[in-house]
Amino acid sequence: MNNVQFTPDMKKDYTILVPTMLPTHFKMICQIFRSFGYKADLLENYGQNVVDSGLKYVHNDTCYPALLVIGQFIDAIESGKYDPHKVALLLTQTGGGCRASNYISLLRKALEKAGYGYIPVISLNFSGLESNPGFKITLPLLRQLVYAVFYGDLLMLLKNQCRPYEINEGETEALCEKWTKKLVEEMAEGQMNYKTVKRRYAEIVSDFHNMPRTNEKKIKVGIVGEIFVKFSPLGNNHLEDFLVSEGAEVSMPGLVDFCIYCVYNNIVDTKLYGTGKVKSLVMKWVYNYLCEKQNDLIEAVKENSNFKAPTPIEHTRSLVEDYIGIGTKMGEGWLLPAEMLELIDSGVKNIVCAQPFGCLPNHIVGKGMMKPIKERNPDVNIVAIDYDPGATKINQENRIKLMLSCAAENLNNSKEEAKV
Amino acid sequence: MKKLIEATEKGTLIGIDIGSTTAKVVVVKDGCIVYSRYERHMSQVREKTLELLREANEFISGEDIKVAVSGSAGLGMANAAGINFVQEVFATGEIVKTLSPETSAVVELGGEDAKVIFFAGGTDERMNGSCAGGTGAFIDQMATLLNVTPDELDELSLKSERIYPIASRCGVFAKTDIQPLLNQGARKEDIAASIYQAVVNQTIAGLAQGRRIEGKVMFLGGPLYFCKGLRRRFTETLNLDEEHAVFPEYARISVALGAALYAGRSSKITNSEDLIKSIEGAVSQKTQTSHIAPLFENEEEYEAFCKRHSSADVPAFHIEEYSGRAYLGIDCGSTTTKLTLIDEDANLLYTYYDSNKGNPVEIVREQLEIIYKKCGTRITIAGSAVTGYGEELICHAFGVDRGIVETIAHYTAARHFEPKVDFILDIGGQDIKCFKVKNNSIDSIMLNEACSSGCGSFLETFAKSMGRTASEFATLGLFGKAPVDLGSRCTVFMNSSVKQAQKDGAGVEDISAGLSISVVKNAIYKVIRAGSADELGKNVVVQGGTFYNDAVLRAFERELGKNVIRPTIAGLMGAYGAALYVKNTAPEKSTLITPSDLVGFTHKATSTRCGGCENRCQLTINTFSNGARFVSGNQCERGAGAKYSVAGDIPNLHRYKRAKLASLAEDTGVAKRGVIGLPLALGMYELAPMWHGIFRQLGFKVLLTGQSTKEIYQKGHFSIPSDTACYPAKLMHGHIETLMESGAEAIFYPCLTYNIDEHSGQNHYNCPVVAYYSELLKGNTESLSKVKFLYPYLNINSEKELARGLYQYLSQFYDDITLKELRVAVKVGVEAYNEWMMDIRNEGKRALKYSQENNIPVMILAGRPYHTDAEIGHGIDKLANSLGFAVVSEDSISDLTETPKVNVLNQWTYHSRLYKAAEYAATHDNCQLVQLVSFGCGVDAITTDEVRELLESRGKLYTQLKIDEITNLGAVKIRLRSLMGAMDERKAGAKR
Repeated sequence: MNNVQFTPDMKKDYTILVPTMLPTHFKMICQIFRSFGYKADLLENYGQNVVDSGLKYVHNDTCYPALLVIGQFIDAIESGKYDPHKVALLLTQTGGGCRASNYISLLRKALEKAGYGYIPVISLNFSGLESNPGFKITLPLLRQLVYAVFYGDLLMLLKNQCRPYEINEGETEALCEKWTKKLVEEMAEGQMNYKTVKRRYAEIVSDFHNMPRTNEKKIKVGIVGEIFVKFSPLGNNHLEDFLVSEGAEVSMPGLVDFCIYCVYNNIVDTKLYGTGKVKSLVMKWVYNYLCEKQNDLIEAVKENSNFKAPTPIEHTRSLVEDYIGIGTKMGEGWLLPAEMLELIDSGVKNIVCAQPFGCLPNHIVGKGMMKPIKERNPDVNIVAIDYDPGATKINQENRIKLMLSCAAENLNNSKEEAKV
Repeated sequence: MKKLIEATEKGTLIGIDIGSTTAKVVVVKDGCIVYSRYERHMSQVREKTLELLREANEFISGEDIKVAVSGSAGLGMANAAGINFVQEVFATGEIVKTLSPETSAVVELGGEDAKVIFFAGGTDERMNGSCAGGTGAFIDQMATLLNVTPDELDELSLKSERIYPIASRCGVFAKTDIQPLLNQGARKEDIAASIYQAVVNQTIAGLAQGRRIEGKVMFLGGPLYFCKGLRRRFTETLNLDEEHAVFPEYARISVALGAALYAGRSSKITNSEDLIKSIEGAVSQKTQTSHIAPLFENEEEYEAFCKRHSSADVPAFHIEEYSGRAYLGIDCGSTTTKLTLIDEDANLLYTYYDSNKGNPVEIVREQLEIIYKKCGTRITIAGSAVTGYGEELICHAFGVDRGIVETIAHYTAARHFEPKVDFILDIGGQDIKCFKVKNNSIDSIMLNEACSSGCGSFLETFAKSMGRTASEFATLGLFGKAPVDLGSRCTVFMNSSVKQAQKDGAGVEDISAGLSISVVKNAIYKVIRAGSADELGKNVVVQGGTFYNDAVLRAFERELGKNVIRPTIAGLMGAYGAALYVKNTAPEKSTLITPSDLVGFTHKATSTRCGGCENRCQLTINTFSNGARFVSGNQCERGAGAKYSVAGDIPNLHRYKRAKLASLAEDTGVAKRGVIGLPLALGMYELAPMWHGIFRQLGFKVLLTGQSTKEIYQKGHFSIPSDTACYPAKLMHGHIETLMESGAEAIFYPCLTYNIDEHSGQNHYNCPVVAYYSELLKGNTESLSKVKFLYPYLNINSEKELARGLYQYLSQFYDDITLKELRVAVKVGVEAYNEWMMDIRNEGKRALKYSQENNIPVMILAGRPYHTDAEIGHGIDKLANSLGFAVVSEDSISDLTETPKVNVLNQWTYHSRLYKAAEYAATHDNCQLVQLVSFGCGVDAITTDEVRELLESRGKLYTQLKIDEITNLGAVKIRLRSLMGAMDERKAGAKR
């Protein structure tokens, strides 16, 4: 099996298909690709067909996200919407020690099996695992991608804090749509400069801040977990919607933290193993750059509203150091328990830890960390939920409901205590 | 009546609890239970609830009532009827806190859920994960398997003498353990108690997750209310006396009571008329279940289908009219026993097919009696053959002439119907088997892994749970109008999918059809893993008892998009094939038991432990009236009564490595600096010589644990937080406890993101579990707080970095340690490791040479270094030896080839070796590769396909053995023998 290259010639008339992990973020990312001269399309096919294609072409014991992402690609190719000879597929690749680094190989194998072996697959990675002559991550492109991720995180953060309290139904969603559209348009016009980005932060925050909301007390539930299942409604059976419909406010640490985590791991490697000293210097610079940008966003939220702002990654990391070694870097690694602790630290005591069934790193960093975290934070309520094609929604929801029942009781108790 | 609930307000409270199998309704009036019912709902959730409410009418009619619903199957109804819902574990917690506030923990088992609630030190409520399978339903399933009622099972269990180890993770696994026990003739009483013990272990391992269940423990739920044997196992295992093990009268209705209590607090007042009306109208508006097209549009379509399939027939003759020679074939399968008697022209004279009722020997005896009676003096049985799980047992019991591997039996039979057959699919009671045929020999064999098994018997058990026979249930499915889509995962998942479908109001017809479709999907996508129908072959023969089910057959044809052949004797193919086989290779004189010997035939099974070696296998000794003895349960030939066989001389790298580790452990050194423990699990299996060398040099007394055992596993299993992790990882907990017991002051298991770099891939990672298991141990194993637990992050590929890293870390604990000392120690350790590996590679070469010279086949028993462990590997290496293979490990020969090109990212050291070993096997005639895969190993989902491709692209057979807690060596033996059979056939084919 040979890797089909994405050549510079293809740039003109090939459509690059991008899977949906975070709808808002990826919508903007696609737009940035377009403004850099690529034809890019965000996949929006969901449903049983996606799962079925995955089951058919991917080893069923492979983790669920691989099954979904590959299933979504193949389902899209077979939908008739695209000319299979004029598409390329884009997939991220972290190169970590988890199975996820192999998604791209599994995708190629699946394409081969399904008779689409000629479709080029582009690896979006920052570690030099694979390269494609026709697809280059240039510095300007990278910078724009970073802005998009920050925008996405901001919108997600505000949406989560507004939706359960909105007085006019649908207003949050509309506001979110409005801003996504506006930002996408702006991206199409050309490269954003950071000054504008910062100004937009302030405008977005104020806009949401001014939206009429109730001030009732609701159960706060945090979602952490394997990156795909945590974020993608396709992967987690619309977990966010379910929680909101049960009357909870959802809190979800952003994608930026994961990016910074990946960067930071390179620095840790040098510290622990004495390897990759040059790379580490570059990564240190990137790390500082991202942290600075994150602080700008935090400031923007704090200055313009009373919303809960994201926590600086340095602080998040400091919370976890007593629980797990910072060298744990496969999958979500130390970040996962760190996010649990960050949620607890900021008053979110109910947590859903979502992972694909049989997720290897989460044996350690998810389920393996629940006991020590609960021991030292006895008022915390964590439930681990496994996702896979055979797991039923009713079982998952029943477990979440149990967690919510306990949460409701805790909330009532605290209200009563407040009265006393 | 005793007052149970001190209701805060007077009035009538109704609690409804609808679980996966039963509905419970209680009416509480002024704090007293005035009405309570516990009944199976047969998935008629709404109807059952109404029935019970109407029955309770005298207590609720005309009253102001408050109602709440609970239970996993109650949510849908509650939502649709607009009744207050309370999560069931929460409801339990509430009632226990109210009625028995001194309780410290609750264990509640339901139909399919298991729950544990801790009260002491902060309430913590837990439910079983989606993999843990059922409990009540599991017990029911197991009872069916033993052919007893659940009540009888309970009575049997009280008379047990010993407990067999039965996998405690999920029902499917347990079944895999029980079946061979049954086939080997173990006592039902013992098996019954062992089943309960498995439930107990599962509850502890799956739910307690590191928290000990102690103090005053309350046991709730139906199974614990009814099964005395189960109670006994729980109290004994948890070491509870009568005062601390509480089995309240309200155990089985506790959730319903909790719901009533909850209703009192938070439901609105209503009346019985409105309540009944709202439930009547509660036909779920929105369903979550998806549906698929019906199997048959109409009766005509079905008739045409039946007609087509009736043509693959075998003529049958009356046994009374025939005289001459006849051949007997017996298929002693996992759940059923089949017999066929054929004449010289392969026509059928007699057939038998039925459940083996847990006692195959008795069934065969009965049948032989019948056959001999019918044969009279006209017919002589000129030859007999047996195949299947019980092959050896039956062989010994009745002097059967030939024992043949299932694969060969099935192929022989299929070829009779379609000489050009190139694909055979057999779905039996417990397993799915597929063979591809190329050039008149079996080209590849695929068997379902332990996780998706249980297909045929699953349908049967399910039918029973819905109050139908298997065939009734199947017939209903044929005309289901909208079969439910139940997915294609293991049967435990199907249970919960069915639950959801029931909740959404699906009828028995649609569930039956849906289950049939699932079984088929399981076979195609999980076992065969085909992308398209063309991959299977042109001429497909399907067989096995499950294909008698027309719904399954139809679903299969539809999924495949083509017609297949189902012989009318689909369920008898193994027995028929055995008969054909012995007809073609008839002995001069049959050794089958004579009619007169049969009269006085007796069979006795006793159990004992083998004293042949340190393994101490649990043996079942079957003795027969003809003096024959058959021993089962043994891992090697020694227990079977054979003298130490030649197997001892055949090279076995697994044995060699174990012996090497044992002698390393003997060299403990002197405790100048202290006593340090190394747990022999996961990555330690490979790196023990390095760490041993380093710490020995540093002046530690080094304790290296030995081979794992079931006892070691039990010792640590209470602290395992993730029940879906692999068995090798779970064993680590027991090794830690063992070290604690033997006085280690420090325990060392480092975090190694990167493994040894052998420069054969894009990277050299460890898998996440091997790399970071210490982090998990630190957080979950309480006893570790009593010692220095050392788990530094280290770079083992640079002596300088290793010394620096160790120094930085160790100097925090041992302030007199110097960097200089560490440099020396690391040098010693690395050298020891290099020598160690060199020795293993030399031994590998020696084994290959020996095999070449003595012309014996080589088996690369490939996996990870820790798969050589006696408990993890289940003695498969010894088995291979006894079958005549020389056994080498992947790491002993991986240096002999270049890294092959693979289609995936080659980034784990252990897996790189695997690919190289596959390359070696692919390019050497005398060599086969068998891959050991631990259940739950996510990484191997990637490697298995690659190894298969490396082998099959060069015309080699690929064999994968999935291993877990289970010790079903019988199944492994069948696979290995099939491999040998296929090898022989190929050899013969090549000669032809």
